[in-house]
Amino acid sequence: MGEIKLMKGNEALAEAMIRAGCDAYFGYPITPQSEVLEYLSKDATQRTGMVILQAESEVAAINMIYGAAGSGRRVMTTSSSPGISLMQEGLSYIASAELPCVLCNVVRGGPGLGTIQPSQADYFQSVKGGGHGDYKLIVLAPSSVQEMVDFVRLGFDLAEKYRNPVMLLADGAIGQMMETVELFDQMPRKTEFPEWATTGKPKDKERRYITSLHIQPEKMEEINKHLQAKYKEIEEKEVRYQALNIEEADYILTGYGLGARICRKAMDILRDKGYKVGLIRPITLFPFPSKLYAEVANRVKGILDVEMNSGQMVEDVKLSVCGKTRVEFYGRMGGMIPSPEEIVVNFEKLFIKGEA
Amino acid sequence: MTNLIETAKFRPEICTDENLVYHKPSTLLPEPMHYCPGCGHSTVHKIFMEVVEEMGIENEIIGVAPVGCSVFAYHYMSVDMQQAAHGRACAVATGIKRVQPDKYVFTYQGDGDLAAIGTAETVHAANRGENILVIFINNGIYGMTSGQMAPTTLEGMVSTTSPHGRDIKSQGYPLKISELLAQLPGVAYVTRQSVHKVANVRKAKKALRQALEYQKQGLGFCLVEIVTNCPSNWKMTPVQANKFVDEKMLSFYKLGDIKVPEVK
Repeated sequence: MGEIKLMKGNEALAEAMIRAGCDAYFGYPITPQSEVLEYLSKDATQRTGMVILQAESEVAAINMIYGAAGSGRRVMTTSSSPGISLMQEGLSYIASAELPCVLCNVVRGGPGLGTIQPSQADYFQSVKGGGHGDYKLIVLAPSSVQEMVDFVRLGFDLAEKYRNPVMLLADGAIGQMMETVELFDQMPRKTEFPEWATTGKPKDKERRYITSLHIQPEKMEEINKHLQAKYKEIEEKEVRYQALNIEEADYILTGYGLGARICRKAMDILRDKGYKVGLIRPITLFPFPSKLYAEVANRVKGILDVEMNSGQMVEDVKLSVCGKTRVEFYGRMGGMIPSPEEIVVNFEKLFIKGEA
Repeated sequence: MTNLIETAKFRPEICTDENLVYHKPSTLLPEPMHYCPGCGHSTVHKIFMEVVEEMGIENEIIGVAPVGCSVFAYHYMSVDMQQAAHGRACAVATGIKRVQPDKYVFTYQGDGDLAAIGTAETVHAANRGENILVIFINNGIYGMTSGQMAPTTLEGMVSTTSPHGRDIKSQGYPLKISELLAQLPGVAYVTRQSVHKVANVRKAKKALRQALEYQKQGLGFCLVEIVTNCPSNWKMTPVQANKFVDEKMLSFYKLGDIKVPEVK
């Protein structure tokens, strides 16, 4: 059993980064994730020799990530919504050049400068690309401080396996709240680097270069086909979700991250009231567990999707069930968090009392 | 060139090592360059790759290509390279250098890339004293996008977005980024060179070598600005363009060292 600690989400994430043998972190302060850089600044370099650098902007940070990831190192950055928006250009380049790295978005309410309270309004940005061009991030949605820890290691593994950026899509509550976590043991930092990394031209071999520029459209289409084939493979192999009570369910509550935690409580209340309600929590938002939704759609009366936004993941749920069952949505926006009781009231209103 | 090939064919006995007075550096790839006739980029590529060859560091140097005419620098330079987003070369170079401090790292950037869209990344990399070399090509115009005004365009100079000549009242002043950066304590070496005459090419090459020597000593941020031409977008012949460099560009952008490391 690993070390057990009571930790804040952002600090647990930072601790996991150090223990995962991360080589470098480049970041910029923004609420509600500034604790990550603060925590790392304390003694991460002394502990493992990893590079910690406060960049002049999120734009610079993501490009430092590009350079260090292109050097074959394990690298990570974190930010919150407005800062992640600034990173979209760099992310598009990183996805195109197929550089592995891990990011965490501790999402806050928007649009604009918005609020510093927790939100899930960046689902589309994370899952559908975000920057220019056809690309995907692998998106993991932690719903506890423990998963902030576990998904850092998983994120690095997936990023390196597929040479693709991985996004942990958290929110201000997961980042700020304290929970007991079990930490994995310190992993060694890498001493060998992939053959494609720019570490100085190997003797008697051609020089390597990392680029996203392929000026011939035929070549650029080939690159795109390669990326799409990779995303398809990821969709086939890397879907992760949590499903509770779905076998006998008449209704499904669904949500991700913090939303799913609140849904779980709402499910318990509804089951106490005698309704057969199950829960589906996608852990990977890309790849999305479409097959699972399609399968349950054949036997349930309805799905209530709950998010802390205006209804984003619900579009993917609807695409998955393809009209085979009723899909309803309940959400709060701008940094507001729905209560389990609110979800129960809306569930009954929508599905039981028949008020649409 | 034809004469040389012919000579080699018919008189191979004179093609010996001791008769060799010039060769293309092994660090330049056998790739025809896409640069326009008379453009300074190819000269700078060549002298820099000569420096890399002479120092024997081709296996321990990593470059960053910009967005601009030299975006394909990695097609010509036989060293490991990364291509950066527009203006972000100094941030990318920071990422590379911080995880590989024992390697030489350079960026190769034009004036739009370095002094307009990438000003923040350049200033902060310099201010942190990142131990990298920035090769800054200043031709006072956006070449790749066909001749728009750059931050370095001279007052009154014609471009496609200053067709009546740069009007400083509405379009601002030409930016002497090298003088600006030289103020920062993290900056070790700033020099302004040109490649429009043979003597200047030699001096520029010396400056590039000097900068890499400083990097080896860990002295901090070094920038070699090279004032050069853009015959195609200046709408001049190469000869006219080099004359314009000599008469107009260099009277505003004065050649010479702007900052050198203090000898301890």
